[in-house]
Amino acid sequence: MKWIEGFGKYFLMLIIIFRAPEKYSIFRKRLFNEIELIGVNSIPIVALMSAFMGGVISLQTASNMSNPLLPTYTVGFITQSSTILEFSPTIISLILAGKVGSNVASEIGTMRVSQQIDALEIMGVNSLNFLVFPKVIAAILFFPILIIFSMGLSLTGGWVALILSNLSSTETYIYGIRYYFEMGNIWYALTKCIVFGFIIITISSYYGYYVKGGSLEVGKASTQAVVSSSVAILIANFLLTQMILLS
Amino acid sequence: MIEVKNVNKSFGGIQILSDVSSTFEKGKVNLIIGQSGQGKTVLAKCIVGLHEIDSGEILFNGSDFCKMNRAQRTLIRQEIGMLFQGSALFDSMTVEENIMFPLSMFQKMTKKEMVNRVNFCLERVNLSGRNNLFPAECSGGMQKRIGIARAIAMNPKYLFCDEPNSGLDPKTAILIDNLIQEITYEYEITTIVITHDLNSVMEIGDSILFIQNGCNWWSGNKNTILTTDNTEVSSFVYASEFMKEIKDSIRVNKRR
Repeated sequence: MKWIEGFGKYFLMLIIIFRAPEKYSIFRKRLFNEIELIGVNSIPIVALMSAFMGGVISLQTASNMSNPLLPTYTVGFITQSSTILEFSPTIISLILAGKVGSNVASEIGTMRVSQQIDALEIMGVNSLNFLVFPKVIAAILFFPILIIFSMGLSLTGGWVALILSNLSSTETYIYGIRYYFEMGNIWYALTKCIVFGFIIITISSYYGYYVKGGSLEVGKASTQAVVSSSVAILIANFLLTQMILLS
Repeated sequence: MIEVKNVNKSFGGIQILSDVSSTFEKGKVNLIIGQSGQGKTVLAKCIVGLHEIDSGEILFNGSDFCKMNRAQRTLIRQEIGMLFQGSALFDSMTVEENIMFPLSMFQKMTKKEMVNRVNFCLERVNLSGRNNLFPAECSGGMQKRIGIARAIAMNPKYLFCDEPNSGLDPKTAILIDNLIQEITYEYEITTIVITHDLNSVMEIGDSILFIQNGCNWWSGNKNTILTTDNTEVSSFVYASEFMKEIKDSIRVNKRR
């Protein structure tokens, strides 16, 4: 029964978040601030993960290509497919759920337990709209940029790994990447990361905003936010794949 | 003026406030006192709308706050200043940004006008020139004063202070009490202070409401509280050895 109540509370929270901001000049300022916190500050971890994971995907694929009937450009094709379809949108979103989600939940949770949210409410500010709306918009705008950046770096990482290991030539790898490339896959990946960005921010905000108690509870809320948003991403990934790729 | 009529509030089946009624007058420091866990803060949070009441009426100058929609409540809330127990300053903002925040949200003022208003409020709480400090760089007493400066920035009609001198040394506590009293008289504000500090009671208690078990048990002022026959109030006031000695000296003076 408690999770049904939680669902109801979450959807009611969404209704309050998606209202027109009280002052657009303040909203714009907060939006740029959130783009920096949520997006720009995530570039190093995304870059590191993408470059190494791209390298590992290409090396593992190359090392398992023992069948002489398989063309050599298959390594590039598989690296491209797995990066665009799954690694960049889903795995990077799961990493961001850990980094951004815990950050959002602990920031809002700390504001709740130190009565800063009460202070906003008493001033007449819609605290959910003021705190969460810029974060949601920042994530929706910047997550696709991060994911495209991740795709590029992952494919580059794969290329560097293959060249350094002498497992493929640049021409073959690029041919493999371009072979059977579908633009629809990019749109599918971008749609997924926008949905995942929305999930990460709103679920983490929910746990932070409704936390009760002190700093210990803020820590717990932060962990719960990461776990719940990760589970929600996996479920949404399955549903979106069903809807977009198999429809 | 704020009127509270037959307010009831419960949490999970436990009655916290039972039929509480009181009037908080304009231009006076109205204290809500009582032991810890008796419902003082819940009552204050109900008045400002942070908790929805189960039944009763809360009237701000005759308008029922509980029957208002969000937009109407926002208008009333812009007339409310509140000083929180832990000050509740925004950690990521400087002192100036904290005080300027309500002005930038709700007032059509130029940046220069807002800075002037911030400087005026800081001067009023004796913190001139501290504009660029962050809350973490300020002492507890300074944070309370910044909280008061933020609360008065919008020229409020109503001021709420939740345990304004908790965690402060007696000298700073009296400074904060006097500041609240001065501001109340100067701007004719309806001030409600939640406290269990007897120094505050004796210093600024123009009107006092004693809450016991979620009911309004006794009401009076700083003069009548010392001589009341009400057992619960008496045991609250004369709980310390120091106050017991004062009680004895009052008796001796009466006999003379």
